[in-house]
Amino acid sequence: MLKMTHLSKAYRTEVVETYALRDFSIHVREGEFVAVTGPSGSGKTTFLTIAGLLEEFSGGEYQLDGANVRGLNDNQRSRLRNEKIGFIFQAFNLISDLNVQDNIDVPLRYRGFDGAERRRRIQESLERVGLSARSRHYPAELSGGQQQRVAIARALAGSPRLLLADEPTGNLDTQMARGVMELLEELHRDGATIVMVTHDPELAVRAQREVHIVDGQVVDLYAQPRLVPGAQVQA
Amino acid sequence: MFNYYFKLALRSLKRNVVLTVLMIAAIGVGIGASMTTLTVFRAMAADPIPEKSEHLFAVQIDNWGPGRKNVVTGDEEHLQPQISYPDAVGLMNAHAARRQTAMYATGFALTPDNPQLLPFQVHARAVYRDFFEMFEVPFQSGGAWSAADDADRTAVVVIGRELNDKVFAGANSVGKTLNLDGHDYRVVGVLDHWQPIPKYYDLNTDKYGKSDEIFLPFTTAIHGQAGGWGNNNCGGEIGEPGWEGRLRSECVWLQYWAELPSAQDVDHYRAFLNNYASEQRKLGRFHWPPHTRIRDVRQWLVYQHAVSDEVRILVLVSFSFLFVCLLNAMGLMLAKIMGRAGDIGVRRALGANRGAIFNQCLIEAGVVGLAGGVLGLALTALGLMGLRSLLSEDVGRVTHLGWTDVSTAVLLAIVATVLAGLYPTWRAAHVQPAWQLKAQ
Repeated sequence: MLKMTHLSKAYRTEVVETYALRDFSIHVREGEFVAVTGPSGSGKTTFLTIAGLLEEFSGGEYQLDGANVRGLNDNQRSRLRNEKIGFIFQAFNLISDLNVQDNIDVPLRYRGFDGAERRRRIQESLERVGLSARSRHYPAELSGGQQQRVAIARALAGSPRLLLADEPTGNLDTQMARGVMELLEELHRDGATIVMVTHDPELAVRAQREVHIVDGQVVDLYAQPRLVPGAQVQA
Repeated sequence: MFNYYFKLALRSLKRNVVLTVLMIAAIGVGIGASMTTLTVFRAMAADPIPEKSEHLFAVQIDNWGPGRKNVVTGDEEHLQPQISYPDAVGLMNAHAARRQTAMYATGFALTPDNPQLLPFQVHARAVYRDFFEMFEVPFQSGGAWSAADDADRTAVVVIGRELNDKVFAGANSVGKTLNLDGHDYRVVGVLDHWQPIPKYYDLNTDKYGKSDEIFLPFTTAIHGQAGGWGNNNCGGEIGEPGWEGRLRSECVWLQYWAELPSAQDVDHYRAFLNNYASEQRKLGRFHWPPHTRIRDVRQWLVYQHAVSDEVRILVLVSFSFLFVCLLNAMGLMLAKIMGRAGDIGVRRALGANRGAIFNQCLIEAGVVGLAGGVLGLALTALGLMGLRSLLSEDVGRVTHLGWTDVSTAVLLAIVATVLAGLYPTWRAAHVQPAWQLKAQ
């Protein structure tokens, strides 16, 4: 599903070249739930933005769902992002002037679905996260946990092949975090491929596999799969 | 997607009302100022007879010679905008154009039959019958007098609609008589509304004034010694006294127009004019080589400075002001759009390409432009009202807002705002989603 081989990302200024990722390789298979962990500044978020085609990389190879993404132009990257990837952000990143259903509608609009299809998908994804009754609420009217559920519904609405989550519980209290985590686990049980960046070891252990990054490099790639209660482990 | 972007634009504008109001106000004020001056300019500079302006020619003949300069227009070519009576008669007798007319402004005291109406003065114009067809004058009833009336100096008149309303209460007055300076004239035609702006066939006086109320045969007016109410220039020479003296003099006080439908007709008429001037030289009237000129309506308006330089400068200043307003609007738009960089980053992450963001922001700029245009229109209407109270009634009359002006204002506002929005929009389209999301 997601395969990066010897990937590097360098930020250059006139005097210095800093590597955020160096000789970075990772392989996430379809249906896996992978936690990417590491200390601050280790390159976790850079990995996520490159994986999500939000940023280009300097060297190496990256294959997403079998397609090589090197050299794609903005339109191609945007289309691929829209069709294959669902984002879940730490800060939820809901658009404040749009109500819940209009927020979920955003990626569907860019996908070009007609009105009936969009309504069906919005309804389904809201039911999935248990927020059907809140479709006309604005983000400011919802709790943090509910906002993150809306963000998850938005990520799911386009039926993406890969869910990328960046500290999905980072802005939530323990109870809300537990709810969101259970939702992610449920999605995984239903077959979703999830890559979750987190620095919280308690969350990381709930994934099938943990990938640890230090100084832009994977330290324990192919760590032993861990059994999560109720999860279907894939080789 | 247009509807979607339009709805997003409305939402976005509602989000920050103060910035939105400032942007719309900046554009509205700029559009109001520029449209007010542009309306005045367009009214003054418009082609008054677009379908025919290339075929109607004002005629000039140098009957003073190189030593005397045109005191009216300061013409470097030493030509007068008007011609003398001997030349008018000479040209009319030659009948060298498809249609032609000599003319002059005159006036009468009109004594109505209705005893309740007091006698009053009316502006009149002495013309040949061709005048009506040449200048496409519309008739409400009746028509122009006949060629025989021109030849026989018949006491007939064509009157304007307003005068007909006033004297005959709007009834069909063809066949009725009108008493002018104590003489009866038979009405042969009543005009429909006709107000050429400017009054291009005679720009010597009152060029934005009301159209003439009475038209009578040139020959009848000359025979009846109807004095000229227009400009009379004798170039400092004092001619012979009396009406006959004036007719024999080299004073210029008549306008002369010829209708020349083809390029060949134009060439022939130029040759004819030069031949006419050569003939006058042979006869001993002119002592210089032939010096004549014909100009079509548009050339005539330029030559006669129908649009004053002040108005041109005013238009330039007001458009510079619009430019400054647009720069302000651009700054505000940039602030507004960059304030939303986070949302733009999210949209990019959710699959919007640069084009989609560009279109969204551009449509938002267009909506601001539309609102600015509507405000600009209201301000233009106010500006024109102000001009009417400040300037003459004549300027007020020509400066009304037509549908063309309305659409021009709105279109100008939208196009200008979209242009001003291009840079902020370009910046928005180049928001790096990764940076925006990392920053959060």
